[in-house]
Amino acid sequence: MAELVIRGGTVLTARGPERLDVRVAEGRIAELGPALSGPRELDAGGCWVGPGLVDLHCHTREPGQEWKEDLQTACLAAAAGGYTAILAMPNTDPPVDRGVVARQVVQRGEQIGLVEVAAAGALTAGRLGERLSHLDELWEAGVRVFTDDGDTVTDSGVLRRAMEYLAVRGGVVAQHAEDPALSAGGHLHEGSVSSRLGVAGIPREAEEVVVGRDLHLVRLTGCRYHVQHVSSRGTVELVEAARHSGLPVTAEVTPHHLAFDETAVEDLNPDFKMYPPLRTAEDRTALREALDRGTIDVVATDHAPHARQEKEVPFEEAPRGVIGLETALSVTLGVIRDPKLVFDRMAVRPARIAGMPSQGRVPEVGSPANLVVVDPDRRWTPATFRSKSGNSPWKGVELVGRARFTLYRGRVTWEDS
Amino acid sequence: MRNLLSIRDLDRVRIEELCSLADEFLAVMRRPIPQVPALRGITVATMFFEPSTRTRLSFERAARGLSADVMGFQAAGSSVAKGESLKDTALTLRAMGANIMVVRHGSAGAPKRVAEWTGCPTVNAGDGANQHPTQALADTFALLRRFGRLDGIRIAIVGDVRHSRVARSDVEAFTRMGASVTLVAPPPLLPPDLTGWPVAVSDQLDDLLEELDVVYLLRVQTERGGATVLPSVEEYARRFGLDAHRLGRMPDHAVVMHPGPMNRGVEITPDVADHPRCLVLDQVEAGVAVRMAVLFRLGAGLKGEAPHG
Repeated sequence: MAELVIRGGTVLTARGPERLDVRVAEGRIAELGPALSGPRELDAGGCWVGPGLVDLHCHTREPGQEWKEDLQTACLAAAAGGYTAILAMPNTDPPVDRGVVARQVVQRGEQIGLVEVAAAGALTAGRLGERLSHLDELWEAGVRVFTDDGDTVTDSGVLRRAMEYLAVRGGVVAQHAEDPALSAGGHLHEGSVSSRLGVAGIPREAEEVVVGRDLHLVRLTGCRYHVQHVSSRGTVELVEAARHSGLPVTAEVTPHHLAFDETAVEDLNPDFKMYPPLRTAEDRTALREALDRGTIDVVATDHAPHARQEKEVPFEEAPRGVIGLETALSVTLGVIRDPKLVFDRMAVRPARIAGMPSQGRVPEVGSPANLVVVDPDRRWTPATFRSKSGNSPWKGVELVGRARFTLYRGRVTWEDS
Repeated sequence: MRNLLSIRDLDRVRIEELCSLADEFLAVMRRPIPQVPALRGITVATMFFEPSTRTRLSFERAARGLSADVMGFQAAGSSVAKGESLKDTALTLRAMGANIMVVRHGSAGAPKRVAEWTGCPTVNAGDGANQHPTQALADTFALLRRFGRLDGIRIAIVGDVRHSRVARSDVEAFTRMGASVTLVAPPPLLPPDLTGWPVAVSDQLDDLLEELDVVYLLRVQTERGGATVLPSVEEYARRFGLDAHRLGRMPDHAVVMHPGPMNRGVEITPDVADHPRCLVLDQVEAGVAVRMAVLFRLGAGLKGEAPHG
């Protein structure tokens, strides 16, 4: 495999940021040092060099909904966004509730070879919330995170059994927290905007009552628990209290919840429709602060592609979800400028939660060359996407900061031109 | 005026101007030949994606009163049933020569999307529970004809405000015109967050009756889930329904309004519905006149434009 040198960047080492060049050979970091040279040199001037990003929450839509996205386009989008690994959500068709489906997703990712693709497994068979999925098969297929994402496991008995089953193995139960009786018919945050527009809302409590219940079950079972796409101040407080009492709880926030609040929905543009909905400015502030102090561990995209014809309809008829793989880094850089925190929340911690040992590693000699070179000052405006779908709230919006190079197993998978 | 999508697009001066124009069209409607050639050659498309009789007919009557052509459909039986998108339906009507779009849709914001996709002047004829601006203009016009002005007029809007586009538009129109508005409903029928609304709120109609100039009754919208959040429709009728006894407690000059269709025996008893102080039919007549005014304003700018190729 070709050897290359990343020159002139600031490397986020275990000791902190250092001006170092990085020699990459045989898919690994071969040398860190000043003034290295090689047959191919990547200009990292003005850039940060750190572990490739890891997305804990990505809807790749394959198998079954390839008109929205497939693994090829999802991986292209991920590499362009600075990612070297993604966790594919199991709400495919068929869903990832059997080992064979998980293996298929992972193998397809290997064939594509642009990022490491891990599959999250469904908690319940068919994602119907009624009985457990084939947890053993899934575990043997390498699945470490289990979720019915898109839906909540509402049956407390089923969730308890899943947690008991996975606790002994160290698996993670990840919850899409949405009490369907409280969110039914809702399209945006229940508050002043929904009231003014006469569109049924989704109260914060739809999320908070689920997280509250789940934390009791975590206390009962000892299972690792991860809250997906936290949207409210109340959820932050629940997670914080659980963490203080020693429960094995982690949480993620999406870039759109960091960037926007409910007022962004006033025009009823379907590219701002997602679950959980954008909440108030106060909630957004709470999310940013929680991310900063680490109560929220991870920025995860909830990349949810939908085809143009599906989103080119009135707001209430549009499916939920926005894409995010190609913009997440830029948006996060708008919120946290400290490179150490950015890499911690977007690479180190998500890799740890997902159980991906060759990802999220601080650059050191011998470690796998899954790296991103980030230009924090690069200005760009998303217009088209590598993703098959364009349902992004940042279409036509100028962003600052972008991946200049992404390297996966030592190979350049993205180069900003 | 390019579109009429929300009553928020209109300030007080604009509302007054449309009402005085409506006054002239009201006179036209009462002529032996109730028609003027103002929009000859203009085609108005009435796109109704929700069942509607009165609003659609009112717009069509208004368009014909201005000598415009009308192309209309209701969703049932149209290509929408075959899965055609709103966008394609709107673009198709434009390609057939429609100049002005009148859109009724179950989803908030749909008329605005039609305006964006077609570039045609668009009137919101009711979108979800969001806005129904021509109804608010009709109500304002009917009240102006009754009272001369709305400044200081005390209005209670009673009933299912939560699911009512009429209430959302009326609150804005009435308060812009100087009236004070109280929303009267059991809490589940109120919008969950009234921050920024220029209104008072009560759940006791009986406490207010002596001090009201107008009681504006809303239908309990069973099709939008209005009835499922109430213990029972009978209890609602007993607490919030307007009967002769409650009407008798109101000042002698006070009037009753309703956007129709009425549920006789629920929010209004038959004797009140047929009472001379009930303005329901005045509102209907005012509706045609204000829709003529709105179409005239939107259409006048189109005269002389080349037809769409």
